[in-house]
Amino acid sequence: MNVVIVGCGRTGAFLAELLDRSGDTVSIVDLDRAAFKRLPADFRGTPVLGDGTDMDILRQAGIEKANAFISLTQGDNRNLMAAQIAKKIFGIAQVIAKVNDPIRAATYRRQGLYTFSRTTILGTLLDATLKGDKTIGPNLMKAAMSHDDELSADIPTIAKAER
Amino acid sequence: MYFVVAGGGEVGYHLSKALLEAGHEVMIIERDRRRALWIEEQLGSVVINAPADEGRYQIQAGCQRADAVLAVTGDDEDNLIISQLAKLKCGANRVIARVNNPKNEIVFKAMGIDETLSSTRVLMGVIEQELPTGGFMPLMPLTRSDLEVIEAEIAPGSPAADKEVEAVGLPAAAHIGAVVRNGQILRAHRDTKLEVGDRIIVFAPTAIEQEVRKALFG
Repeated sequence: MNVVIVGCGRTGAFLAELLDRSGDTVSIVDLDRAAFKRLPADFRGTPVLGDGTDMDILRQAGIEKANAFISLTQGDNRNLMAAQIAKKIFGIAQVIAKVNDPIRAATYRRQGLYTFSRTTILGTLLDATLKGDKTIGPNLMKAAMSHDDELSADIPTIAKAER
Repeated sequence: MYFVVAGGGEVGYHLSKALLEAGHEVMIIERDRRRALWIEEQLGSVVINAPADEGRYQIQAGCQRADAVLAVTGDDEDNLIISQLAKLKCGANRVIARVNNPKNEIVFKAMGIDETLSSTRVLMGVIEQELPTGGFMPLMPLTRSDLEVIEAEIAPGSPAADKEVEAVGLPAAAHIGAVVRNGQILRAHRDTKLEVGDRIIVFAPTAIEQEVRKALFG
């Protein structure tokens, strides 16, 4: 699978590493060169320096051959714009945008754009964990924490603290 | 008329001031508290201190009954989302978005925002009209289309000079609408001969502007 990720923050770098390890071809776009330091030394994907809402930069990142596109910058609007470019202009099959404002996430989900809100995901997960939910909470936690030993040290500190 | 101005930066502030002076009603949505207070001091109670990219504040500002919502922040991504939300959540009658990067005009159009204004393009238009030698001026884009109006002067040595309209070799999608000669407007028939010093008005898709230029200037 060819994947373009916009935003090389903690989540973007983490996802890029996961996909790279499972053999996918990854390009990751960020405005800040220093952000690429979050990628592991043996990362085989392509870091692309530039604005992820700029069509020329996205072409440079290989969007024309991509099967999936994920926007994970800090700005909800930036993510929504990049995702809509990927979907409507480049016709990418699978497009996901991180939109932390739950209301905006819902509005655009109704328009057919796949949006993830960290606010609702984390909130729901915490709620389920506190209430002793035996299904979604533990399963998600298990998946999230199973990377503890393999991936970069700075992410799963919670898991380490609990052991 | 009633306008909602999203973003109270330099553009938003001066635009609102001009609209108010022209007798219109205005409501500005400005995120920054100090900027919002400053605008209130200058223009009176015409500001909501809130982010313009949230539907409930757009409704509070009256986007649903405004004659037009003007998204004029300094960030294209914010202007895009503000415009889309005004249409989706408020059913705004008319939305006009400021585009800072001219490349984004295409992006906005693909995302359902037809009316955009690019300050770069406006400035370029003014500069091109001021240039004495150019002779080729894209005058204006035609709203809700990918077409534009171009004015061109037939200069000595132009490949179009002393040719009939049909022989000029313009791309098929471009049409000469009129010829201005000695201050008179002539209809451009297929056999109208273009003379040096004529100014012609061309209607053409923006995408082939360069081909039109080439046909007229070589």
